[in-house]
Amino acid sequence: MILRRTLLAAAATALALTSGAFADGHEKLKVGFVYVGSIGDGGWTYEHNQSRLAVDEAFGDKVETIYQESVPEGADAERVMTQMALSGAKLIFTTSFGYMDPTINVAAKFPDVKFEHATGYKTADNVSTYSARFYEGRAVQGHIAGKMTKTNKIGYIASFPIPEVIRGINSAYLHAKRVNPDVEFNIIWAFTWEDPAKEADAAKTLIEQGADVILQHTDTTAPLTVAAENEGVIGFGQASDMAQFKDGPRVSSIIDNWAPYYIDRVKAVMDGTWETVQTWDGIDTGMVEIGEITDRVPADIKAEAEAMIEAMRTGAYHPFTGPINKQDGTPWLADGEVADDGTLAGMSFYIEGLTGDIPQ
Amino acid sequence: MYKLEKRPNPSNLWAYLTPFLALIATMIAGGIMFWMLGKPPVDAIRTIFWDPLFNEQFAAYSRPQLLVKAAPLILIAIGLSIGFKAGVWNIGAEGQYVIGALCGAAVALAAYPLEAWWIFPAMVTAGAVGGFIWAMIPAILKIKLGTNEILVSLMLVYVALELLSSMSVGVLRNPDGNGFPGSRNLQQYASAHNAEIWQGSSVHWGVVAAFSAVVLAYVLMSKHRLGFQIKLAGAAPKAARFAGVNPHVITAVCLGISGALAGMAGMFEVAGPAGQVSIDFASGYGFTAIIVAFLGRLNPWGILAAGLLMSLTYIGGELAQFIIGLPASAISAFQGMLLFFLLAGELLVNYRIRRAAPRTVKEAV
Repeated sequence: MILRRTLLAAAATALALTSGAFADGHEKLKVGFVYVGSIGDGGWTYEHNQSRLAVDEAFGDKVETIYQESVPEGADAERVMTQMALSGAKLIFTTSFGYMDPTINVAAKFPDVKFEHATGYKTADNVSTYSARFYEGRAVQGHIAGKMTKTNKIGYIASFPIPEVIRGINSAYLHAKRVNPDVEFNIIWAFTWEDPAKEADAAKTLIEQGADVILQHTDTTAPLTVAAENEGVIGFGQASDMAQFKDGPRVSSIIDNWAPYYIDRVKAVMDGTWETVQTWDGIDTGMVEIGEITDRVPADIKAEAEAMIEAMRTGAYHPFTGPINKQDGTPWLADGEVADDGTLAGMSFYIEGLTGDIPQ
Repeated sequence: MYKLEKRPNPSNLWAYLTPFLALIATMIAGGIMFWMLGKPPVDAIRTIFWDPLFNEQFAAYSRPQLLVKAAPLILIAIGLSIGFKAGVWNIGAEGQYVIGALCGAAVALAAYPLEAWWIFPAMVTAGAVGGFIWAMIPAILKIKLGTNEILVSLMLVYVALELLSSMSVGVLRNPDGNGFPGSRNLQQYASAHNAEIWQGSSVHWGVVAAFSAVVLAYVLMSKHRLGFQIKLAGAAPKAARFAGVNPHVITAVCLGISGALAGMAGMFEVAGPAGQVSIDFASGYGFTAIIVAFLGRLNPWGILAAGLLMSLTYIGGELAQFIIGLPASAISAFQGMLLFFLLAGELLVNYRIRRAAPRTVKEAV
């Protein structure tokens, strides 16, 4: 009896809340976005912002989205999130790994506000995490890069030595090496997500060292601009399609498509069905998209790449399938063994064949 | 025809008036910029200057946040101003800030998980000593080899940033952090946490240190013999030497004080608002503090006001971004205008505008 009354009471409260909030049609759901870069970076933050606009489009005047760009990770982020929550935001997306602890701190202070943190691993009753399996896209890049390189040198502009970036390097190298045993990776750690000057310098250095394929895990189009100035050098769009380089060095891209996820989560808050989840989606759900492979890639290589994409979409192929050894030669995955998500999530080692050390 | 004429003595009236004039000019020019961006100028200005202080939705949170944001700026700027008075140009406070944070955090992480009363004082000391030692490098090079402290201190910022990256992914990395860079969060370590002193006030020990530094700097510069020597060394180096002031001592003292204060600021930040050593812990306080020092006319009370004003534009700027949708770069430009008008106003302190006597026909012929 008591239980039933509680349920009824809860239902009544929920109803009251819902009607109070939405019945008159004037109370919009306020959704906040905290960006680490500028919305004009053409990559990571640009795509998050495009997905924010998709939320606007999907819900029309039922939502109001607010955002703040170029928010430093740390104390400033905590204040920005707090102010957003104070301004009435009921759902806040924090879109960089470095926002993890601030998100958890602010979420503890606002139990009725839902938080969604990108690429982190800490959750709470009102904090979910989401990320994409970018390493699936890296496998495709590695394949194309290994086939296309003439100098057998591939340059890689890495940002920070976090598992996501290391996973990408490993996946690209694994698939390049498989099709081209002579391939070498030169990796430059830029220690930044968005710094066009630094990224361009890194690209120049890599090209001077003989690389004719540039892979990047930084957010701007600067490396492609440099590649465009060098005959015979190709690159890939990162985080966004970077289609403006299609006639030039860009032969394909990894596109982060957050829109379906964002729309889904906004709807969940509106319906009162939001729950803490840890989402890690890939090509199968469309969170990772592979941008058009241009004609600069010969038809047979393109067909192989597309077959690989299809195999990952259906789940027939996992990029980290053994046998794979770690850099020091110790076995990691046995023949046919597939990497588990836990190891992938915390990946902090290179696979066999990569030279150099992960910065310590 | 008008011409500029150097005043025999800097004008006191204009010295007090120019900051206010600069503020008004910034509001006007900034308003025009916001209007050109298609945003309501009055709303934008009100959001930046009024809402953090008086908007009922935000003020209870923003007001103490002003102190939190201003504290490191003021603490660093006070140290810098002493050197600037003496003509010792420490441009590398950002590096000293980072090293102070690293040293302070290192003490805490070495003691982890021990809970003891002495940990926090030891961290403060380590932060100050770290900043002090980092500032002693340009000081000793200048004294022994005659190098330029501007270049050396600035270059050491980049060394410090590399050390910061290396420490966040290496020695100080959180062993329970799943391989991610960054140290343990000191906010979750009671003995090391630079927590708020009164519940809900956000005021941490760094704020107390900043206010104390203002008072101590005032006493030092206007009541103490050393303060007089520092000012003399800056205004008239030769006279200072005749008066028995050793320029080497002044260089070492000035760089040492500013380094120690910057180091302490870094330590208070890493143990409090920031919480952890991470690759991008440095957020430019050391450079912004140079602006604050000059905005406050190298006067301790002026710096206090300038630090608060600067942090108001930061926090108000953040509000304006998501309430009105102003781009982040417009806020930076707005802050730049403030400095520009202030420096332009400086002209009126040292010069006056005179109507030049019109040249007579006779002269022209």
